[in-house]
Amino acid sequence: MSEETKHNNQPENTEESNKFPKEHLQKRTVYSPDGEKIEIDPLQDYYLQDRPERRDPRYRVVEKFLNWARSESLWILGFGTGCGSIELPPLTTPRFDAFRFGIAMRPTPRQSNVFIISGYMSIKTLKRAIRSYEQMPDPKYVVALGSCTINGGMYFDSYNTINRLDKYMPVDVYIAGCMPRPEALIAGFNKLKQRIKEGRAEGANEYVQRFDEYKANQKQIIKDWNMPDYNW
Amino acid sequence: MKEILERINQQFNCSAHEHQPENLSWVQLDKKQLVPLLSYLKHTENFSHFVLLTAVDWIENNEFQLNYLLTNHELHQDIAIRVMIPRDEPEMITAHHLWQQIATYQREINEMYGINFPNSPRVNESFLLEGWEGIPPMRREFDTKKYSEETFFPRPRQEGKDPQTHMKQKLYPDEE
Repeated sequence: MSEETKHNNQPENTEESNKFPKEHLQKRTVYSPDGEKIEIDPLQDYYLQDRPERRDPRYRVVEKFLNWARSESLWILGFGTGCGSIELPPLTTPRFDAFRFGIAMRPTPRQSNVFIISGYMSIKTLKRAIRSYEQMPDPKYVVALGSCTINGGMYFDSYNTINRLDKYMPVDVYIAGCMPRPEALIAGFNKLKQRIKEGRAEGANEYVQRFDEYKANQKQIIKDWNMPDYNW
Repeated sequence: MKEILERINQQFNCSAHEHQPENLSWVQLDKKQLVPLLSYLKHTENFSHFVLLTAVDWIENNEFQLNYLLTNHELHQDIAIRVMIPRDEPEMITAHHLWQQIATYQREINEMYGINFPNSPRVNESFLLEGWEGIPPMRREFDTKKYSEETFFPRPRQEGKDPQTHMKQKLYPDEE
């Protein structure tokens, strides 16, 4: 390894390491093990530059069939944000057995289409949740679990948790309670299925239509916005 | 334990005493004497475990209180060291060279209370509150409810029936 590669991989301790969070977004030149010179511009290479696009429904009968198919395979993103995440593992156990409704847990946003915001949401988590939500493929649905996502719940006066989730991402189904039990979650999923079959679960399209409004709200509270605007 | 406290009192000219819980003793000190005392307890009296470092905001007395808690696992004894620093110039001598984890506590306290620890590693990087601006949130002059109402879009209260009177009428209509 030449000295230049060492310098690129390990930022020095003093002032450069303080800028580290943004350094991975900057242009740089990297040498491969064979000595090949590679120029990287992360904002161009790793992220898309375009705004999200609206997904229009197809012909009526086809769309009805597709909606039925979507409602029967709800794949949850395994991202627990608050105390509600402890209600999710029992869903997959034999007692509640969410798999009979076609509900399965997935490890990555690229494979899932239901995002459960399970409980209170701090600003720090909101930043990660927005990225995960935007990386999920269309059509995608958001289930807000617990009263914290509705009006702040018992954290209504906290300096660090949001009060209303629907200002930052579109919500399809709310499940009230503190905490709702897994039965309530299954009832919420049945409600979501009903909405999808009726063609009313259009959260992703709403996010596209009111994109600037959502982004303005998000940037108002996330002070160190060190990620690109469009990351899907 | 009493012998240890007597030795501390002699060496550091302070008033260490045993407190209500049996295994806990308290020492109050000047801020300049803190690092020598921590070093003495660690190396001579075998208080090898640093448990925690917390801060308390006494806004009435215009002071911050810093608590350092140490444990001796052979004697099953804790010792808590209390240091008062003025609120006007919140600055404390760093002790991260004795136990590495103190640096993390100091980083957290610096962010939450605005107490500065010069020369502590990475102390000015953001840690829990990413990109926080304004008064540190754990100071008592910070009004968290007002901040929340201004920032997080509070949902207006629904107008409806008062649950107490409604349920009383529904369940016990005959009673007044």
